[in-house]
Amino acid sequence: MQLAFYIASAVAVVSTALMLTRLHIVHALLYLIVSLLGVAVVFYLLGASFVAALEVIVYAGAIMVLFVFVVMMLNLGARGVEMEERWLTPGIWVGPVVLAGILIVEVLYMVRGSTAGLGAGGVEPKQVGIALFGPYLIGVELASVLLLAGLVGAYHLSYRKVEKREIQHDADTHEGRAAAGGDLVLAGTDRPARTP
Amino acid sequence: MFSLGLTGLLVRRNLVFVLMSLEVMLNAAGLGFVVAGARWHQADGQVMFLFILATAAAEVAVGLALVLEIYHRFKSLDVDELSEMRG
Repeated sequence: MQLAFYIASAVAVVSTALMLTRLHIVHALLYLIVSLLGVAVVFYLLGASFVAALEVIVYAGAIMVLFVFVVMMLNLGARGVEMEERWLTPGIWVGPVVLAGILIVEVLYMVRGSTAGLGAGGVEPKQVGIALFGPYLIGVELASVLLLAGLVGAYHLSYRKVEKREIQHDADTHEGRAAAGGDLVLAGTDRPARTP
Repeated sequence: MFSLGLTGLLVRRNLVFVLMSLEVMLNAAGLGFVVAGARWHQADGQVMFLFILATAAAEVAVGLALVLEIYHRFKSLDVDELSEMRG
């Protein structure tokens, strides 16, 4: 069981190092997912199965979906098709697949052996819940406020662009109408002609 | 792992990589908490990890929205090009 712990830790550290040295964002994202899965296996081996499940769901699920979404929005154009042709060739995804395969073999071995982690040092999810909603209740409330602030902030940051363009356009029209004395056909003729 | 994340934060000049390195650093801090909690049989470590998880989720949502805004404004994700920003 010590060996499994060290293997999972090595997978996590190696995939993090490979993530930092990738040149392309998507390759780095693949290695980052493998790194998070490795950390989840380490959590499971430490007896914190609840936290391991949360790590997979929240980090490797939700946060990675956010990253992939942003990469998708940034990487527009016909260049993407050509890149996709290159991504489908083997050699790029072999590294993450090998590392994830090591983790899968390890998890299967543990499930078959039905061993519950490294020693008996596990903390039950029930204890975590009691501690979370007992002495740490104010922390839970603060975390919920923080998540709400994050939600509103992200919405505001992505909404502001459209709104500002509308207001700018509106102001331009009003300005031009006022300068031309209400005549929209003559609006803008008093400006100096743009000569190249 | 924390030092790896810090190195990535300092070395890479791409904003998305900087955010990913931040994720790694938060993850490493959470790993430290959980290991300590398992070592001393306390549930506090996992509680702290849950808080770190919530913080990371909120941070990455706002950070990625900022990245999109910056990309639309500057057409680049290079941190050095953004250093001209004043107010």
